[in-house]
Amino acid sequence: MKNFEYVRPASVSDAVAAAAVPGSAYLASGTNLLDLMKGGISRPDRLVDVTRLPGLDRIEHLADGGIRIGALVRNADLAHDPDFAKSCPAVAEALLSGASPQLRNAATVGGNLLQRTRCGYFYDTASACNKREPGTGCDARHGENRLHAVLGWSEACIATHPSDFCVPLVALDAVVEIEGRAGRREIALEALYRLPGDTPERENVLEPGDLIVALRLPPAVRTFSAHARYLKVRERTSYAFAMISAAAGLRIEAGKIRDARLALGGVAAKPWRARPAEDILAGASADAATFRRAAEAALADAKPSGDNLFKIELAKRIIVRALTLAAVGTPARMSALPGSPFASVSGVLHDA
Amino acid sequence: MNLSISLTVNGVRRDVELSDPRVTLLDLLRERLDLTGTKKGCDRGQCGACTVLVDGRRINSCLALAISHDGAGILTIEGVARGDQLHPVQAAFIAHDGFQCGFCTPGQIMSAIGLIEEAQAGDDPERIRECMSGNLCRCGAYAGITEAVLDAQQSLATANQRRSA
Repeated sequence: MKNFEYVRPASVSDAVAAAAVPGSAYLASGTNLLDLMKGGISRPDRLVDVTRLPGLDRIEHLADGGIRIGALVRNADLAHDPDFAKSCPAVAEALLSGASPQLRNAATVGGNLLQRTRCGYFYDTASACNKREPGTGCDARHGENRLHAVLGWSEACIATHPSDFCVPLVALDAVVEIEGRAGRREIALEALYRLPGDTPERENVLEPGDLIVALRLPPAVRTFSAHARYLKVRERTSYAFAMISAAAGLRIEAGKIRDARLALGGVAAKPWRARPAEDILAGASADAATFRRAAEAALADAKPSGDNLFKIELAKRIIVRALTLAAVGTPARMSALPGSPFASVSGVLHDA
Repeated sequence: MNLSISLTVNGVRRDVELSDPRVTLLDLLRERLDLTGTKKGCDRGQCGACTVLVDGRRINSCLALAISHDGAGILTIEGVARGDQLHPVQAAFIAHDGFQCGFCTPGQIMSAIGLIEEAQAGDDPERIRECMSGNLCRCGAYAGITEAVLDAQQSLATANQRRSA
């Protein structure tokens, strides 16, 4: 690991000023950043430790019915907050389907939003990677790419965004509050991320010094609480990144879907909101035919970036499954294997 | 910046002057404090052998910068027994053959202590397995580990009931 200067500012404004210096990076828990630094993928000159900044570790229930989550709230604390889990069950399920208990105890909300892709070529400093070293090419494009993107990719980069948490968040219109050199601003989480185009090294719209201080969910999230699921297919049941995931939320009245939210993970460089599918679902009957039409619409623009044509059909089936489970209703208790399509009756072996 | 930190490790205050901000909590425990019970497996947060409790929560010490944890309370495998009396989780790992080579065991035991404290799994083996998924065992002692965690959780609950009765 390259050496670095370590600073621990006492206020948000001091942190922003310190991190605006070129070569700086924010350090929260470091579960992703230290891994990247050990591998030589990230080589910051200066770490600005934000873990002691005051007031960023709270979950607030706002007067208008919205929820505001400080950027330093740990993933496990958010997932296990009873009020939050009841209001946003698909978000809690997504959090608990990701990483390991040790990592969830450490990892923060802000860090989760800004974690880097797990593309193997990005991590391998001997490989060409336009994201890590702009202009060097993309070894993933004709390499081992069965898990890579099927939506929104470019010849320059076919990496996917790794977060589970962000998938239901974009479905629920989450907003991020950002403190920067010009003061406070906010932006829809979906608009935080950029698609790769010709500049895959620019993953989001943040400027030097910008610090995510909080995440906000609008009051409307509660209208989906009764019918919300997160479903995630991975290569092993626990402690693995998504091959494909789907967050589904439905508002059902008298057997009809009044409103729907759908987003996909593991398919693109950003958590992918499937608005054409939502338009089909709204006003339709909650049945298999509707769900399949919605799934077809969600993947209408998909194309394989390599040996991953199978992901397109897999994504459609996961969408149908997630919508079917959401229509049945949010389970009273979190599944023993959160997000797993193989989850069975609690305590019963799923391979039996 | 001053690189001296103060930690409470297994109940004892330790003041350490770091040579370098890159030192992880894991390397500090092993190389500076000679607490080599905490193991360095992958050093990348994937195997769980380095699991310790920081302020009561289990984390991967390989992915924690020591300098960032100034003032924290750390519990390692060396601090869980009371003299010759094993911690109930340690005793349960022996009773249920929860290990073979033993390399992952300190991390497994610290993770299990954290899991029981978190109280999310109940007595469901499926939930115990899921909540232990951050600890790999290359000998494949998983069946014994799951039994040990369930047993230790039960004996700790019984002991707590007796204490509060």
